[in-house]
Amino acid sequence: MKAIDVRNLVKRFGDKTVVDNVTLSVEEGEISGFLGPNGSGKTTTIRVMCGLLTPDAGEGSVLGYDLHADQLKIKRQVGYMTQKFSFYTDLTIEENLYFVARLYGLSPARTYVRDTLDKLGLTSRRHQLAGLLSGGWKQRLALAACIMHKPKLLLLDEPTAGVDPKARREFWDEIHDLAAGGMTVMVSTHYMDEAERCHRINYIAYGKLLTSGTVDEVVAQAGLHTFILSGKGAQSASRMLQAENGVDQIAPFGNSLHVVGKNKALLETAVNKASHQFDVRCEPGQTTLEDVFIQYMSGSTDNMAEPELEGK
Amino acid sequence: MNHLFSFSRLFALLAKEMTQMMRDRITFGMMIGIPLVQLALFGFAINTDPKQLPAALVTTSQDQFTRAIVSALEVTNYYRFDYVGISAKDADELMLEGKVSFIVTIPADLSKRVLRGDEPQILIEADASDPSASSGAVSTLSTVAKQALTRALGTQSQQDSQLDIVVHRRYNPEGISQYNIVPGLLGVILQLVMVMMTAMALTREVERGTMENLLAMPATPFEIMLGKILPYLGVGAVQVIVILVAAKMVFHVPFVGSLALLISGILVFISSLVLIGYFISTVAGSQMQAMQMSFFFFLPSLMLSGFMFPFKGMPYWAQMIGEIFPLTHFLRLVRGVMLKGADLEAMRSPMLALMGFTIILVILSLARFRKTLD
Repeated sequence: MKAIDVRNLVKRFGDKTVVDNVTLSVEEGEISGFLGPNGSGKTTTIRVMCGLLTPDAGEGSVLGYDLHADQLKIKRQVGYMTQKFSFYTDLTIEENLYFVARLYGLSPARTYVRDTLDKLGLTSRRHQLAGLLSGGWKQRLALAACIMHKPKLLLLDEPTAGVDPKARREFWDEIHDLAAGGMTVMVSTHYMDEAERCHRINYIAYGKLLTSGTVDEVVAQAGLHTFILSGKGAQSASRMLQAENGVDQIAPFGNSLHVVGKNKALLETAVNKASHQFDVRCEPGQTTLEDVFIQYMSGSTDNMAEPELEGK
Repeated sequence: MNHLFSFSRLFALLAKEMTQMMRDRITFGMMIGIPLVQLALFGFAINTDPKQLPAALVTTSQDQFTRAIVSALEVTNYYRFDYVGISAKDADELMLEGKVSFIVTIPADLSKRVLRGDEPQILIEADASDPSASSGAVSTLSTVAKQALTRALGTQSQQDSQLDIVVHRRYNPEGISQYNIVPGLLGVILQLVMVMMTAMALTREVERGTMENLLAMPATPFEIMLGKILPYLGVGAVQVIVILVAAKMVFHVPFVGSLALLISGILVFISSLVLIGYFISTVAGSQMQAMQMSFFFFLPSLMLSGFMFPFKGMPYWAQMIGEIFPLTHFLRLVRGVMLKGADLEAMRSPMLALMGFTIILVILSLARFRKTLD
């Protein structure tokens, strides 16, 4: 059985189609990354899958429960961590956890709360007000609260926004632990390094699912070619390459330049021209996930934009 | 486990709400502070039974009976005769200008009629533009004047009640109690605090984003609604105690009716208020909006319920609008029970009206509640 299996999901707000015909499946025990630019419909898709929003069209099941008929059953077995911290800032860590434990009918609540505090290293801070915690600790509390009832599916909406690298690393270790224990995880993110930690990734832009697969598959599917230019003339070469055919992206990385294009022959010609004109060394490079995503982003139209702007 | 209702989930919501309430010092202070401040303001500062009101005396005679009546009226402390012995026309003008609240007209042949054993007449004209101001003065008039006349007649006291006092006032018969205001305040304070606080409590969840979380967890709309409403019913109960104790100890308002009846009335009233607040919170998008909507509801109900102005003194259409506010019916009930000692039989119609409001509001609120974020 697949943990998530939804077909042709559509969600509209007014005349804006925020989720446009998305078909998505996630295997049990898998960590599935959900990527896409801001406002691309990631949050809405996640909300549909945890029963918070009713889709306008499409069907499917989450944990074997029907998306339309069994929203309450889905809620009971899904842990959903919202993008914005959404626990009670005027309650302490412990009080927030007690609230959640009682709401899920976890009995005895005391044991569940104590174990969860222990597991996530929150015991020493349990009497602190949630509102006074730093970003990393808030995130930890939110994670604690949504895994306490041992959900089968964990939906995380940009969980690591504004969290320092060490806390992020620890967070991801925790996620991998949970997945190893059989929990299915779906996580949305903007960070490429996080995307690379997922078993599979799905890329959504402006409501449409553009690609899914493992990181390698997604990179391969994109069919991009990359050259790395390094040397003193990189700056000047960058200016010249912008006007060349076949060059889709130029991104400086320290002293070197990533030049990415879809058409290998055109790209090669342009890069060779640059290496003749300027003082740069040119070698074929590895296309990164970021290159792929930027390519997808520049290629899709913004469905939220006003119609008259879209025509331009 | 039951999908629709569980006590443990309700308990979770209640415990959370209580902890938040206790931690929010300002709001907690408001719950006790608002009744006290309002009681002090309305109870002490606003006086609908003013004394020493300016009056004009229209009379040509200076006989003993006239003097007896006039001095007796002055002794009540309600009347202060600033203009004595002026013409009826002048007196009318004074009232038009608002310089006098009363015109007392004593006919020239008063003593003749009294001695003859006829029934003499006195005319009192009260300024009805401020009807509640004059009611106390008018109500004392009859007894005082008759007693004065009796005393002046001395031995011929068998004729003591032979005085016809004609009172001209276009004014309601109801608002004649000097204790009207404090029982009324019970309703007004409850309304102010209950509606606003409930409205803000749920909107706060939406505004802070915690609603999204709450909805993602297995709590049903009914549980969430009860979880919001019950704590505020408790707050209302505390306020009721504060106000009733203050009414008794500070303002010495008589309590002649049944306490049980009053409390059941209060319970139904508070339920309807909390539900109004809850309903507002399902419409409002932010706490600020919830606050504004509460006041939008609060002000007309204050004006048209009979708290500020006598209900029967309002035009028919205004009375009709007044009927749609629970406060109107509650005021009838609380005044009826506390001051007149009315029983359930007499209070059936306000009680039924309040119950009707509550039932309609439960239905409305449940219909408005969104299980999802759609």
